[in-house]
Amino acid sequence: MFMRRTLPRLTPYLFLIGPLILYFIWVVGPMLYTIYLSFTNWDGVSSPAVIGWRNYQKLFRDPVFYISLTNNLKWMLCFITIPVVAGLALALVLNRNIPGAKFFKTSFYSPMVLSLVVCGLIWSWMYHPAKGLINETFRAVGLHVLAKGWLSDRRLVMWAIIAVGVWRQVGYVMVLYLAGLQGIDPTLVDASRVDGCNQWQTIRHVILPLLSPVTVVVVVISIIDSLRAFDLVSVMTRGGPYYSSSVLANFMYIEAFNNYKMGYGAAISVILFLLSAVFIFIYLWRVLQTELEY
Amino acid sequence: MSARRFFRSPWRTAGYILLVIVTLLWLVPFGQAILTSFRSYDDIMIRGFFSLPKTVSLNSYREAWVRGGLNRYLPNSFIITIPSLVLTLLFSSLSAYALARFRFPGNRALYFLYVGGTMLPFQVLMLPVFRLTNALGLYDTYWGLIAFHTAFQLGFCTFLLRNYMRTVPGEILEAARIDGCSEFRIWWQIMMPLTLPALAALATLEFTWIFNDYLWAIILLRSDSLKPVTAGLATLQGQYVTDWTVIVAGALMATIPTVIVFIFLQRYFIEGLTLGATK
Repeated sequence: MFMRRTLPRLTPYLFLIGPLILYFIWVVGPMLYTIYLSFTNWDGVSSPAVIGWRNYQKLFRDPVFYISLTNNLKWMLCFITIPVVAGLALALVLNRNIPGAKFFKTSFYSPMVLSLVVCGLIWSWMYHPAKGLINETFRAVGLHVLAKGWLSDRRLVMWAIIAVGVWRQVGYVMVLYLAGLQGIDPTLVDASRVDGCNQWQTIRHVILPLLSPVTVVVVVISIIDSLRAFDLVSVMTRGGPYYSSSVLANFMYIEAFNNYKMGYGAAISVILFLLSAVFIFIYLWRVLQTELEY
Repeated sequence: MSARRFFRSPWRTAGYILLVIVTLLWLVPFGQAILTSFRSYDDIMIRGFFSLPKTVSLNSYREAWVRGGLNRYLPNSFIITIPSLVLTLLFSSLSAYALARFRFPGNRALYFLYVGGTMLPFQVLMLPVFRLTNALGLYDTYWGLIAFHTAFQLGFCTFLLRNYMRTVPGEILEAARIDGCSEFRIWWQIMMPLTLPALAALATLEFTWIFNDYLWAIILLRSDSLKPVTAGLATLQGQYVTDWTVIVAGALMATIPTVIVFIFLQRYFIEGLTLGATK
């Protein structure tokens, strides 16, 4: 009786029980626990006591919070424009069998294999004020004015770090668009040619609309990646000079692990979560659409 | 198109030259790192980056490997990455099988939970996970880190494998079921071999991701002797603040494992990336 009736209904749960326990303990549970911690004064050692909205009140008066938030938005803005446009352009060019296409593709996505720590270190040396490649090049060609302290100038530092992120991201976007292009029915492109479209019109009115699902994914991934920004800043500047390159994740890390204000750090992470939640829902909604097509 | 026909158009040739220039610029960071690593820092400091090196040596590599501790950090990275990789693939294929092949209440909700978790800025989990590892006595051990990587990567792997498993024709599984094969055996002996291409793609990608993790290594580990190479490089940077040749040599050595994986399994790597995002 049990074997026949109950067991088959239980089977999926038997498969799920191990993974789900793990997932709830390490991912879902902590997510909810962060929200609780953000209402406490936890210092990392003694047990947390609830203090209501005080962390948030303090956060909204903290100038570093606004600097970090603005920096995340700058990051986001750069990520949803430069790599998307460049990646798309490269994919359109490299999708046609031009000589050496494989070499070009590999060159552009090779930065993705490096860890962000390695990228950060290599670029820190490129940005070195005295002997780094960038400043040395400017000096060599007589453009001494352009030789700047890339990571020590408060107005430049954030852009200098974002540039490294962009360098790594372009290849990723290119790969996603290349896959998208492979999925386009070539007869549609041919048809547009027969109808008298020039190359630009074909791209504009046939290929781009067909790629729009990929674009949604690319934009969402880019936004999430820009909210995840941590490693590069941590390795290159630790948010300095004077917090000018601080992003939310670093701000949280420093408050929590250097200043032992874990409750405050949790409040920052809740804000980070709320920012990302909007885009996670957009993404989930899209996944739901494809689900319903089945 | 043959190369000769391709270059007949002057516009196309000009565009091509532009592409070559941009590509070479893209590779400059690699080039300058490699050139730097074979020189001595004093040499660069005194004579400038564009001078011809006075001496070319492997000293910086030796320094980073032995005194900088990369001979410890790199093996640690493998000790952390390999178990995490195996466990996350195993667990996610279990849950993916359940989600792909059974109808039961909550199926879609769980799927969304996994997909949503994948998109989370994982820093949000930083403090609770830190507290949890402390409470479980896993702080500053390999296992804390392995457990977290396994659990967090479950989301992405389940998402991907579930969609892949749905493409397997149901008749094969039905035939096995009629022959009296248990569900567990169907999963292990039929489904797993059929998902090998997706598993290979996923393994390549996940290896790189876990290997390259930095945040969790600095949060869940304290002892220098346990650190993986990413966290180790940050320590190295603190130790050799001004000696950039050693830092750069260390950074290059740290990438060797992922570069090897990439060179040999490039196809799978790209497949993994696109499987996840275009589905």
